[in-house]
Amino acid sequence: MTSPSLTAITRATLAKDLRLEWRSKDAINSMLFFALLVVVIFAFAFDPTAEESRRIAGGLIWTALLFATVVALNQTWARELRNNVLDAYRVSPAPANAMFISKAFANFIFVAVLQFLMAPLFVVFYSLRSVGPVWQLVVIGLLANWALVVNGTFFAAMSIRTRNREIMLPLILFPISIPALLAMVEATTQVLTGDSSPRFWIQLLAVYDVVFTVVCLALFETVLNAE
Amino acid sequence: MSSSDTSAQPNSGSAPAVSLSDITKHFGRFAALRGISADFAPGKLYVILGENGAGKSTLLRIVAGLLEATRGTLTVLGSTNLRDVAMRVGYMGHAPLLYDEMDALENLRYFAGLYGIHDDSICSEALARVGLDPTLKRRVGQYSQGMRQRTSLARAILHDPELLLLDEPFSNVDVASAREMSRLLGVMRDLGKTIFVVTHQAPVMEPVCDESILISAGRLAERQQGIPPHLLSPYTQEVGK
Repeated sequence: MTSPSLTAITRATLAKDLRLEWRSKDAINSMLFFALLVVVIFAFAFDPTAEESRRIAGGLIWTALLFATVVALNQTWARELRNNVLDAYRVSPAPANAMFISKAFANFIFVAVLQFLMAPLFVVFYSLRSVGPVWQLVVIGLLANWALVVNGTFFAAMSIRTRNREIMLPLILFPISIPALLAMVEATTQVLTGDSSPRFWIQLLAVYDVVFTVVCLALFETVLNAE
Repeated sequence: MSSSDTSAQPNSGSAPAVSLSDITKHFGRFAALRGISADFAPGKLYVILGENGAGKSTLLRIVAGLLEATRGTLTVLGSTNLRDVAMRVGYMGHAPLLYDEMDALENLRYFAGLYGIHDDSICSEALARVGLDPTLKRRVGQYSQGMRQRTSLARAILHDPELLLLDEPFSNVDVASAREMSRLLGVMRDLGKTIFVVTHQAPVMEPVCDESILISAGRLAERQQGIPPHLLSPYTQEVGK
């Protein structure tokens, strides 16, 4: 028997989370239907022209993904509360951060799958055609995805022991996500319209990701063991 | 030891496996534990009895490191930092602590990884020891309550802990299986493990119990060799009789 390493446990926990999601499809299904509803309802409600679409699509895409992510985040931790499985992790010598990193990566994968599935729908429903380089949208997508899930995973863990956690999570998460949301919307809009360079907003998003990843890693053990 | 003796002493010359000094736990204004002090010698099987809400599970969770005492000092296997000895402690909770969507072997394989164990045969052996078929591919969510309890026990013992903490291991387990589990615990005790069992089914544990501890209203009310007759009946369920 050897001391468990952070990498090995992170990998095992990530594999376990992906397996559980593959079998239950709790998070993906609820995220997908939620995001789909937002896209369809807004498309019918506004019926925008191609030019208008380029201006509003950034806000629409990230608002839909933010709300859909919250649904997935609640599911991720609810799974650990069923049968009190989290206690089995807490009594083990496994490092707390392995749990956090694996959960954040799992959520990253779920949101990435959602982005991949929703992107063609946005193009079709809003007649989107990017004026700026599309590869920048991929970079923005990855950075924005991490910004959503790193804080989301952390605050979802904070709210799991509260009675109204489905309400508590957005109440805590949304205000703190405003700088990231602003950056991802502005960057996306600027790439789609080609009005100006999205560089500043991409940098802001990258700094946000680094800062919050470090803070979450530093505080997660306290959150995991809080009574 | 009389009922008034609440500061129990170790029964052997060796260092205690668990030492409690003035352990107090408050949940808001409710005092779940009120200044429990006791030393527990290693290599013994202790049965913790008491009515519902007496503080038995709270005490076990504090020893496991899942709750922090409001006041007092806890030493487990010679360390006051429970993270340092987590590798040597096994805990089985009131809930099964298993993922419903995975089968028993998948569950054990994952939890074994948390202890640095990457050998499937150890997981299979743990399942076999509690009387389960390691090749069974059914998901834990489809198990009977008794099978879940046994899988949970297998999870708790798979890393061969020196100290084993079991909270209601026999709830919803049939009499024959409960006796089989208690026999296994007796064997583990004979191999030098220290075992604490919180239960309402004292008669099941009677043949293997070294000491019984009665918790009442958050206090250590009584500590006896074996399980005396007056503790066998009031806190038991029909299943053990």
